[in-house]
Amino acid sequence: MLENFRLPVGDWAESILDWINDTFEWLLDFISFVVGFLVEELANGLAAVPAIAMVVVLAAIAWFFRSWQLAVGTVVTMTIIVGMDLWEEAMYTLAMVLIATLIAIIIAVPVGIGAARNATMSAIVKPILDFMQTMPAFIYLLIAVLFFHIGFVPGVFATIFFAIAPGVRMTELGIRGVDSETVEASQAFGATPGQILRGVQLPLAMPSIMAGVNQVIMLSLSMAVVAGMAGANGLGKEVISAISTIDIPSGVEAGLGIVFLAVFLDRVTAALGNPADFKGSILGAIQRRRRRARDARADDEAARIESEKEQAVKMRQPMAPL
Amino acid sequence: MRRAGSKLHVSDTDTEVLVRAEGLFKVFGRRTHDAVEKLRRGTPRDEIDGVTAAVIDASFEVHRGEIFVVMGLSGSGKSTLIRMINGLHDATAGSLTILGDDITKISDKKLREIRRDRISMVFQHFALLPHRTVVDNVAYPLELQGVAQSERVAKANEILELVGLGGWGEKLPHQLSGGMQQRVGIARALASDTDILLMDEAFSALDPLIRREMQEQLVELQQKLHKTIIFITHDLNEAMFLGDRIAVMRDGRIVQIGTPEDILTDPANDYVEQFVQDVDRARVLTAANVMEKPLTVVPATAGPRTALKTMRDAYSSAAYVVDRNRKLLGTIDDRDAIKLVRKGERSISGVVKNDATTVGVNDVLVDLFIPSVESKLAIAVTDDDERLVGVIPRVTLLAALGPGPNATEEITLPVQPVPTTVIDQVLDASEDGQPLIAPATGYEEVH
Repeated sequence: MLENFRLPVGDWAESILDWINDTFEWLLDFISFVVGFLVEELANGLAAVPAIAMVVVLAAIAWFFRSWQLAVGTVVTMTIIVGMDLWEEAMYTLAMVLIATLIAIIIAVPVGIGAARNATMSAIVKPILDFMQTMPAFIYLLIAVLFFHIGFVPGVFATIFFAIAPGVRMTELGIRGVDSETVEASQAFGATPGQILRGVQLPLAMPSIMAGVNQVIMLSLSMAVVAGMAGANGLGKEVISAISTIDIPSGVEAGLGIVFLAVFLDRVTAALGNPADFKGSILGAIQRRRRRARDARADDEAARIESEKEQAVKMRQPMAPL
Repeated sequence: MRRAGSKLHVSDTDTEVLVRAEGLFKVFGRRTHDAVEKLRRGTPRDEIDGVTAAVIDASFEVHRGEIFVVMGLSGSGKSTLIRMINGLHDATAGSLTILGDDITKISDKKLREIRRDRISMVFQHFALLPHRTVVDNVAYPLELQGVAQSERVAKANEILELVGLGGWGEKLPHQLSGGMQQRVGIARALASDTDILLMDEAFSALDPLIRREMQEQLVELQQKLHKTIIFITHDLNEAMFLGDRIAVMRDGRIVQIGTPEDILTDPANDYVEQFVQDVDRARVLTAANVMEKPLTVVPATAGPRTALKTMRDAYSSAAYVVDRNRKLLGTIDDRDAIKLVRKGERSISGVVKNDATTVGVNDVLVDLFIPSVESKLAIAVTDDDERLVGVIPRVTLLAALGPGPNATEEITLPVQPVPTTVIDQVLDASEDGQPLIAPATGYEEVH
């Protein structure tokens, strides 16, 4: 009896996906149009800027958020990418990663907030995230191609599915990790749930959320190659074509390009979470100067009040006998 | 030092009830209402499975202007109780009225209004917003009340000065010491100008010295501001120092409510009695708690014979002299009185010495020891109008420090002293070389 036992799970899945494809064709087309438009425009925009100007801008960003060392590193690595004649491809990949990350965060942060505030939602979200993270990325690509044909859009779609989980998890973790007494304090003073979220939970969870964003970006970059299989232009496509022709030089070059982009994005976004930790950054310097000015003002003020008090005490004391 | 709760006697007449709890229950877990029924029938909380009964049948009233201390060990339910008062925990059963509104029956919106406008809270671990400056922390409740930026900063700075943190407003909380952070916590609670202040183990996380300082500062503030404070603590000495009235909690139930003196001198059960054993009684009991009726008092209008008689009857070598309104004028001693009698004087006013050792009714015992040592008479206890209301002999002072409810009852000396005349007789008799046995029997006769 068992030899005839066969669950046609795959067939079921296909019919469900087909049904979705047919029923929501207008929606999928719409998404396809919007996402495609965004990526193309951003990619073309980035690629249109002269490479030298772009390198300077990226180096400035590196210095602003992290350190001059990273700025130097950025100039070197980006120049190498230009030298390998992969600049345009790198900008396409960068555009796709940025758009995918943006969409992933727009979805992940609210879901994470919901999961942090509601135990039921957390219980539902958790297994879904586990499923999404363990399902091989190529399967998303398969589905994405079914829905969105070829090009950037299925790449972005698959990337979002693959990369969204840490965004949700770190947001939930960050908000749950906010000291419960601090939250209780705002409640005790009559803050609404929205005020608590905006005024207390999100600011205090920000380092954790930014760590999640960093993870999303890293996973998105690692999907660049997979997206290349769906025909998305960029470094991934170069890698795929190098594999199919066993072209070692261009494979290594494209791979290096991805690594350089990854290092830049990782270091910059890691610094975004806690700018105060990066003393070499321009942002950190500005914050520290502001802090010092405030401290100085506070110290002056405290000293003034102290001397006023002393003065008052002296006035009250009777004159010393002559 | 005066007892913190000294204004208690005033607030007794001002009995406006701000917080009233009746039959309040908080049970965590499933099927909580069944558990409440069982608890009402008297089932001990350990015997009910699957639920945690944190507060059981709590009823109390908090009056305007008093410091109401809820004291208990960890797990006694005191923290849950205080969180029910501002609705952070909702009651499983019973009613809880804050300034006329039963907060167990109101909407979330109304509850938030009450939290904004009527109740503020100070937390054990300060619970300041770490990303905001001190002044912004203090202004936070005002921000929630919708006060304009400039106005709330001005108000916050004013209050920071009140708690002794003037000028620290621009710092971040982590730049301050623990004691200073808690002052910010108190300033924040005061900023919204609510009638009721909840303090949840507010000083428990501080070093002992700082804790003492903060307790004293709170008392000082309270004398200025007259808030209604509900203070949670596990430290009995703190409870005794701050509380006008104390509710002692054990295993979720309130076992006794009373003034510190009540709890100390008349514990409701063995548990409370054991608990109060370690209290420093000298810092809790006041002169009024232990003083006795003054026996050696003569009116200024009396003659020297009356004075002498009064002293003789009380076996005392001196007496207090008071005017018609019982205002203490001074003392008179037996030698002077005898001289006056011999001279045939009718008035004692010429020999009244202004050397009486006086203490106030609200002075704590610890401040009475030195006066007691220095005083030739039992120290005089006077009220605010300098009237003599009682005396404290040294033995009474000593006995008051011992444990047990009887400590402050009137002390009767075990042995009356032998009158000097008898001693003189004995000495005279023994000069003849007679055995000492004989005068001892003679003493019986004299007595």
